Amino acid sequence: MPTPILARSAFALALFIAADVHAATDADLAEIRDQIRQLKESYEARIQALEQRLKDAEAKTAVSAPAASTTTPAPTPQPTPAVAAAPSAPSAGLSAFNPAISAVLQGAYANLSQDPNKYAFAGFVPSGDIAPAKRSFSLAESELSLSANVDDKVYGNLIFSLSPENTVEVEEAYGLFTAIPYGIAPKFGRFLSSIGYLNDQHQHVWDFYDAPLVYQAFLGGQYQNNGLQVKWIAPTDLFVELGAEIGSGESFPGNSRNKNGVGDATAYVHAGGDVGASNSWRAGLSYLQTAAKDRDYSQVDLAGNDAQLAFTGRSKIAIADFVWKWAPNGNAQERNFKLQSEVFWRRESGNLTYDSDGALGLTQTGGYRSDQNGFYVQGVYQFMPSWRVGARYDWLNPGSVNYGANAVYLANGSFNPQRTAVMLDWTPSEFSRFRIQYQQAKLRPDVTDNEIFVQYILTLGAHGAHNF
Amino acid sequence: MKTLLQWWCAIALLALASPVLAVLNVFATVPEWGALTEELGGDKVSVYVATNGLQDPHHVEAKPSLIARARGADLVVATGAELEIGWLPLVTLRAGNPKIQPGKPGYFEAASYVTMLEKPTRLDRADGDVHPGGNPHIQTDPRTFAKVAPQLAARLAQLDPENAAYYQARAKAFGERWNAAIAKWEKEAAPLRGTPVIVQHKAFIYLFDWLGMKEVAALEPKPGVEPTTAHLSEVLDTLAHDPVKMVVRAAYQSDRASQWIAERAKINVVVLPFTVGGDAEAKDLYGLFDDTVARLRKGAQ
Repeated sequence: MPTPILARSAFALALFIAADVHAATDADLAEIRDQIRQLKESYEARIQALEQRLKDAEAKTAVSAPAASTTTPAPTPQPTPAVAAAPSAPSAGLSAFNPAISAVLQGAYANLSQDPNKYAFAGFVPSGDIAPAKRSFSLAESELSLSANVDDKVYGNLIFSLSPENTVEVEEAYGLFTAIPYGIAPKFGRFLSSIGYLNDQHQHVWDFYDAPLVYQAFLGGQYQNNGLQVKWIAPTDLFVELGAEIGSGESFPGNSRNKNGVGDATAYVHAGGDVGASNSWRAGLSYLQTAAKDRDYSQVDLAGNDAQLAFTGRSKIAIADFVWKWAPNGNAQERNFKLQSEVFWRRESGNLTYDSDGALGLTQTGGYRSDQNGFYVQGVYQFMPSWRVGARYDWLNPGSVNYGANAVYLANGSFNPQRTAVMLDWTPSEFSRFRIQYQQAKLRPDVTDNEIFVQYILTLGAHGAHNF
Repeated sequence: MKTLLQWWCAIALLALASPVLAVLNVFATVPEWGALTEELGGDKVSVYVATNGLQDPHHVEAKPSLIARARGADLVVATGAELEIGWLPLVTLRAGNPKIQPGKPGYFEAASYVTMLEKPTRLDRADGDVHPGGNPHIQTDPRTFAKVAPQLAARLAQLDPENAAYYQARAKAFGERWNAAIAKWEKEAAPLRGTPVIVQHKAFIYLFDWLGMKEVAALEPKPGVEPTTAHLSEVLDTLAHDPVKMVVRAAYQSDRASQWIAERAKINVVVLPFTVGGDAEAKDLYGLFDDTVARLRKGAQ
């Protein structure tokens, strides 16, 4: 509508020149402006009404929808009634209720000076498939995620990962109640446990190529649970979250026990807040208790034989985590820094069967108790938009292992596995990241592994949200 | 066992006692909606603003402090049009607060009441950070507030019916003062009509639409993509045959690209507050536009 705009600008200009001549001009102009505004609004309203009628007509020809739904319910009468009708009609049809879909594509090139098939931590029970990528080029885990509100009470999320070996794994598949007040949010199904800081974050958002050693040694990577989670957020300005989970307890350090009832339990408290505009933090304490039955693995005994061992008993893990983020005025776009550290303690107590398969003819069961711990600390600094550098240090303490009656066959470790990593990554947009990482790992006595990774992470589809 | 029981009792008491508050707790995603809610709600509302004027509104994290505040909120006032998509859905999901879930009366999106500009005709991330609902920086045009205010007041009245008359009266008073202020700004900004400018980020199209200014180019090659030297050179070439008076950027943005182009093209750099709190003068909504118009006029000289 060029006429009212032109007219208005002409008036504005005219008044600007004549402003100091007459005091009354202001009021006159305001009145004229008001008239023009009303005129413009009425035009807008008419055009939008016409658009709406056109839309309705189109909808009618497309689907013979019930007549009642074609008329927009009248909004509360306001000075600008036309505007309420402005939001465009959502797409109709079978796909209208499709969930948000996103996919993560990942791959890497790895150069490892040690054989990844022999990856193990001296003095620690093997925790499953934790070795870094294969040598040379490899595809890493691809992830597909679907999420939407199920109804007015539940939100659902399914995340499955496609492994480079062409297997499919359900990583998370859970429902979350959204309609419960008082800060309570119960989750059920399969989910990554919220113990620690990194555990419930998906691998593609990690700041390094691989998980810290404590996660690999104590949780076999990440702790996944099938069960129920309840979190409660305190009604305070300081973020305080209490959470507890019960589940089947099938993930390492537990295993599948073919048992009724609850297999594992976790409890944690997280607190967090801001310090000024530039700093924010989160800290937490977590506890996990689970159990294993005949969890078997092999270990070289004092005689140099590869003995088969089986553990039955309880496993308890405590985690302390801390994250500090800094960004000038809270604007992380230019520069920011993130400091993160977690400490793990694990106690396992029960029975250990030596030579459980009878291959050595020496089968015997004795008491077992281990107290082990470890930590990592890492810092990541974004020095200019899109570019970050980071460093990480990992350390494990094999602590004390009491083999009871089996002490005649098995030795206590005293070597501290450790690892130092540096990385550089480039994030051209929110949806892609390219990283190069170098690390030196000393996981077994007299063995040094120099590892180089080049990695890409691509996200497509629905816009994900950024966890703290 | 007894101490554990006491613990849980204390927690339960806390949980039950907390929602009994006299005022309406409002969680505003960006400072401009916080300021507008305060104009309309007066002392009947307690406003928490999730971000400050110097923060890039596209890049916010679902910080613990935000989840804690959203948990106790009666109303979330957001821009919408996917401006907050990177963090707000996670905050509302994790807050354990059914009142502020999208679709509920406690969730208000200002963009629903504004005619959106720059609605993309095709959606492709190769075009940069595009928003399917249109350009979300609606707060750079004061007429936006005139449209949103009555709707927001109606929402406050819906959530707090006891004070409905109070909100309506304040909305009316605000509308009158605001329209008078718009008239003043339009008068002051009249010489700016038709002025060609370049921008760092396409953050001011509503402002230029209002004042009739002409955006010749943007320093970001694609929305949300950092300016590159190659693209800046192209912009410089454009300026050779299409001269402009100034390069405009928001206060939260880095000054590198705009300084680079300003030195070479011999034009003024105008740093606009962009939102309430973007600079010292933009203390409230009136200050925001007083300062915006003043800075543009200075830049055009």
